[in-house]
Amino acid sequence: MAKNNAAFVRHQLIEEQAPPITERGVVKWVRENLFSSPFNVIMTLLSLWVIYSIIAGVAPWFINGVWNANSVRDCYDILDGATGACFAVLKERFPQLIYGFKYPSTEYWRPNTAVILLLFALAPILFRKLPRKFLLFSLIYPFLAYWLIWGGTPLVPVVAFLGFVIGIYCFRRFSANAFALGAIIGVIAANIFWVLGGYVVDANETFLALQAVPSRDMGGFMLNILLGTIAVALSIPLGILLALGRKSNMPIIKWICVLFIEFIRGVPLITLLFVANVILAFFLPPETSIDLILRVIVMMTFFNAAYIAEVVRGGLAALPSGQYEAANSLGLDYSKSMRFIILPQALKISIPGIVNTCVGMLKDTTLVSIISMFDLVGMIRGPILSSTSWNGVYWELFGAAATIFFVVCFSVSKYSQWLERQLETSNR
Amino acid sequence: MKKTIFFGALAVAGLAAGIVSAGTLDDVKARGKLNCGVSTGVPGFAQPDANGVWQGFDIAVCRAVAAAVLNDSDAIEFVPTTGKTRFTSLASGEIDMLARNTTWTMSRDVDLKFEFIGVNYYDGQGFMVKASTGITSAKSPDIDGVTVCIQTGTTTELNLADHFRSIGMSYEPLPVESGAEAVTQYMAGACDMFTTDRSALAARRANMETPEDHVLLPEIISKEPLGPLVRHGDNDWADVVRWTLNALITAEELGVTSANIEEMAKGTNNPEMNRLLGSEGNLGEMLNLDADWAKRAISVAGNYGEIFEANIGSGTIIGLARGVNAMWTDGGLIYSPPFR
Repeated sequence: MAKNNAAFVRHQLIEEQAPPITERGVVKWVRENLFSSPFNVIMTLLSLWVIYSIIAGVAPWFINGVWNANSVRDCYDILDGATGACFAVLKERFPQLIYGFKYPSTEYWRPNTAVILLLFALAPILFRKLPRKFLLFSLIYPFLAYWLIWGGTPLVPVVAFLGFVIGIYCFRRFSANAFALGAIIGVIAANIFWVLGGYVVDANETFLALQAVPSRDMGGFMLNILLGTIAVALSIPLGILLALGRKSNMPIIKWICVLFIEFIRGVPLITLLFVANVILAFFLPPETSIDLILRVIVMMTFFNAAYIAEVVRGGLAALPSGQYEAANSLGLDYSKSMRFIILPQALKISIPGIVNTCVGMLKDTTLVSIISMFDLVGMIRGPILSSTSWNGVYWELFGAAATIFFVVCFSVSKYSQWLERQLETSNR
Repeated sequence: MKKTIFFGALAVAGLAAGIVSAGTLDDVKARGKLNCGVSTGVPGFAQPDANGVWQGFDIAVCRAVAAAVLNDSDAIEFVPTTGKTRFTSLASGEIDMLARNTTWTMSRDVDLKFEFIGVNYYDGQGFMVKASTGITSAKSPDIDGVTVCIQTGTTTELNLADHFRSIGMSYEPLPVESGAEAVTQYMAGACDMFTTDRSALAARRANMETPEDHVLLPEIISKEPLGPLVRHGDNDWADVVRWTLNALITAEELGVTSANIEEMAKGTNNPEMNRLLGSEGNLGEMLNLDADWAKRAISVAGNYGEIFEANIGSGTIIGLARGVNAMWTDGGLIYSPPFR
């Protein structure tokens, strides 16, 4: 009996079967996420309706868009009452939006090259797997870019670069004995070289010269990128120094840093820009006017550096004090403990904050339109919207500006997230 | 010079004090370039075209001065200024003259220490309404309770309040930040009426989808004499700019145009024309310029009337009538003291 009642035992597995149609693929996803409860059903339908109305409203505007017209009135004629965008303005004024209206059109390749080279120059700084030799190009790049964008003879950036090299060499040579002595000798040597170099440059104005473009002729999105890149590049090191200075034990350095940071942070950027544009002109003798772009870059660098300093200070504060003590117990001096132990960790923590500040800075460069510089927004608000041909085209132009900025800022933020993952070392 | 400054700034080596300038006229001649402050863009008055060349009614004044002083109407550094930066730019010496549709007011002349050298356009605040509202006058009773788009913080805002108080009616202000925003609101129907300078209204209207649906009301409720200005205290330079503008005006009065100027310059039987164009007298010398200064100024784009017609006149999109800006001989206000 026991034998006969032996339970049925299958010897093979039942063949795998596809899950029911309601439990797989799109249907499952839709059921679970969109129609799981009456409330969800209502919300889904409502959302679909909203999306539909937006697309139905906007699509004709894009589809009927006019790309070939000479003025906004032509657009109206071609559209003949239908809804549609007047993209012709973007087509006609595209170079002006990107390069401003005074940069010579035969020289557009120069800023283009500078931007492409910028990617190469950034690569070894950002990607640690690349050979360290590439860093040399990153060092040369600022001087190369200056020559490409401003033109003139390449002797100018060459002299400037060599001055730095000589200064740093002297510093290295003499700072072994005394830091301050090395710094002073370095600065003096560099200055002497620059002054002498200035005569050489003045005597050879045409040597290998590209057509010189004065700062006033920079404009469009190029100006935004230019201001943003330089201000960000200069303000990160300055900000780190300020943050370290603020945490310093030496009272004078500490108070200078605190004063600087608090003052700059307490003043709106637009005020600083007005100072750069308007007030400085009163203080400086008329014949020694420093480039407006240079003045603006200085102000933006200060402003951004103050913010970055606070972000980095946050990073420094987040490190457990054990890290500082560990560095000390290893017998590292201040600069070594900062370089090898503290800053790598603190900066990693600060990345989101730094990127946040820098993306904000890039967008803040549009404020220069208020002090009558023709950046992307300045070009739109000033020359293009005030021309008799295109006065009255708003959405297309500002939409284009928003798109350009979004693409750039979004790439930067995506990159920073990637960088954070690369630097992730803890086991979370 | 520029390179040394660059290195100087780089090295923070300090800045050499500039030589105290002798006079703006000498500075401009030495520099070989006129720094002319202009607006960042006003349709018809100052606008860079698709090739980046500045065009417009105010620009023409800059070009005439550059031609008179430097014999080159392109030897100009156009310095764009906003409503906020224009006066400091001029006062600090960054620009030699400002030709940026700026209203001549007493406080600007006296308190801000500027010298208005004349008026090149008599503007005034006007109104635009949709034709469908049936309003034809800014004083008619059906204007009571109207919604008006008005730029905040401008004199137009105060003028508007004064106007409605004087006719004893009420209105609903809709504050906007810029002219562009005002048009957007107006087109969207948020306000029935839009008020600003008449020349700006005309330019905005010209670019609307259906200009014939919008009406400029005949009333002008404020005086806005627009003119070029220079700094106080350099009267020689002020004279050069003033008489260049006057030369353009006198040329129209005397019938000198860009077409016939070569012929007229050879000498005519009209003594004032001869003095103007330099074939007689020494007026140029008095200004520290040569005898042909006015001829060059007029040759750039013609006389006042020609400049008006080419940039903002009835033949252009903006289509402004001469109105009060006609010559005094035609019943307008444009009048130049005699060249004697």
